[in-house]
Amino acid sequence: MKGFLSRLGQMLLVLFGISVLVFAVFFATPGSDPSARIAGRGASPEVVARVRHAYGFDRALPVRYLTMMDHLFISRNLTSYVNHGQNVVEEVFDAAPVTLSLVAFAAIFWVAGALVFGLLGAAWQGSLLDRLISILALVGLSMPVFWLGEMVNLVSQSRFHETWLFRWVPPLGYVPFTTDPVSWAKGLILPAMTLSVAFIGLYSRVLRTDLLTAMQDDSLRTARAKGAGPWRLWFAHALRLSGLSALSLFGLDFAQLLGGGALLTEVVFALPGVGHLTYQGLSTLDLPLIMATVLYAAFFVVIANALIDGLYRLLDPRIGRGSHGQ
Amino acid sequence: MGSKALLSLRDLRLEHPRAGVLLDGVSLTLERGQILGVVGESGSGKSLTGLSVLGLHPAGRLTGTMMFDGQDLTHFTAREWQGFRGRRAAMIFQDPMSAFLPVRRIGAQIEEQIRLHLPLSRREARARVVSLLGRMGVPSPERTAERYPHELSGGLRQRAMIAMALSCDPELLIADEPTTALDVTVQAQILVLLREIGARDASVMLITHDMGVVAQSCTHVAVLYAGVVIESGPVEAILKTPLHPYTQALLRAIPPLSGPRPDRLPVIEGAPPAPNARPSGCVFAPRCASVEARCQMRPVFRSRGNHQVACVLYA
Repeated sequence: MKGFLSRLGQMLLVLFGISVLVFAVFFATPGSDPSARIAGRGASPEVVARVRHAYGFDRALPVRYLTMMDHLFISRNLTSYVNHGQNVVEEVFDAAPVTLSLVAFAAIFWVAGALVFGLLGAAWQGSLLDRLISILALVGLSMPVFWLGEMVNLVSQSRFHETWLFRWVPPLGYVPFTTDPVSWAKGLILPAMTLSVAFIGLYSRVLRTDLLTAMQDDSLRTARAKGAGPWRLWFAHALRLSGLSALSLFGLDFAQLLGGGALLTEVVFALPGVGHLTYQGLSTLDLPLIMATVLYAAFFVVIANALIDGLYRLLDPRIGRGSHGQ
Repeated sequence: MGSKALLSLRDLRLEHPRAGVLLDGVSLTLERGQILGVVGESGSGKSLTGLSVLGLHPAGRLTGTMMFDGQDLTHFTAREWQGFRGRRAAMIFQDPMSAFLPVRRIGAQIEEQIRLHLPLSRREARARVVSLLGRMGVPSPERTAERYPHELSGGLRQRAMIAMALSCDPELLIADEPTTALDVTVQAQILVLLREIGARDASVMLITHDMGVVAQSCTHVAVLYAGVVIESGPVEAILKTPLHPYTQALLRAIPPLSGPRPDRLPVIEGAPPAPNARPSGCVFAPRCASVEARCQMRPVFRSRGNHQVACVLYA
């Protein structure tokens, strides 16, 4: 309980820090006077002044900050500076399920892929298969996701769409799960695969190295001396020992993607997710939208970290129980 | 010797492609009911000898014979090794902290070995774990089985390790420096336990660098030097009348318990040869006080009284 409260405090502190930072950067950047932009190109000084007053930009910075936070968190009616009347809180909440679906799908592919390739590479260390996997991993890692996405689109949407292999691929876009679960899944498979390619490359490398390190561990020698067979050694012992570092990495990446890190994939596949929204906010310098998406992302990173910490504690009993025992 | 031999190694050699000759002629015999101390300094190949008996030695060319109860272990397949390890011969390691998997409960780890080899249900296996831990002198065995390795003291961990090794009633227990990582009082308790096991449950191969441990707990001893067994025999015989110059020098280097304390203990000049630079003759010749021309040839390991010794002085 105490741990939970301190977590909560930490989270609030992080969110506060990030919001202040984003706010300060936005208003302290020279030439970024929002009133001029909102008033439009070639507006007269009187109009700009009116806009400034109407949006409250002539008030003190702390007051403006508090007002914005009030609109964002309490009255939840913060509206965009660009699309007037558009409630950004609603927008973010509409976009979140899209990103969540995409990233969850991608995580399934990337965990499965990393396990398969990592285990294969480690078990047949130094073989032709191992080298092939490491080359593929490097290719996957270095392929830009937007290019890969465009290629996937080119192949699956136009060039080979009529072949048996890609006939099932729906047009770009997102269908909510509640509307039609089958179309929802169909529409996400290729984007999620595209997104996961680089992660499979990275994670299979990390896992392979960790597994080989674990195999050298004294406890694995004990397992051999107990009479454990190769399957048991790899899965029940080595994987159990080495999964921990991959897990903390996974938590960070997963949270980062949920917070909008899947931006390129979302744009290429026309998925209206949080990344897409961030991109939109940044290209129009729409502070309310940026503020909402950034805080949303920070929230997820902090939450995911807390979750991973909890899971870590569960998987590695040596952590967080130091007080009793010896 | 005779038909009672449980384990008999004959001229075991292990050549590693990079490190060189790690074992250079290990011959020893362990009869049922014996506690055989395998002594030697670091790098003499004593741990490697123990690991070889379980087929856990590093990759390399292994020649010679390892007879275990009539079977030659050197011809074992991977599957045969799996059934052998933990079932007929088990091993306990120097550091019980790192030897257990840190992320699983002690009981579950012992249970795993039982269920690998014996057709028991989970509940039966658990009952066996608890009774084993109790027999090893672990207080409140049910609760200890639910603990993680890092939650136990070093002595308890080593007891749990021994319980795990004995869980499938092996005929041979190989203990690789089981007391080195423990403090002195716990060492004594563990040695007492091993002595009981040797008398009651299984034959024991006790690998150590400590002559004191050998004198306390073993019935027989084999002395290794630079990958070669140079002398073996019953403990009292070796301690009272060591034959090989190395054994003699080794025992002279132990400070006397009574009488005036010497200013300096006798030392053996020089250092053991590295595995890739072993002499072709007697491995101890470069440091031996009584070296002679015949030592250029590797001396044969032969019986003399109740000893076996590899030295030209006794040829």
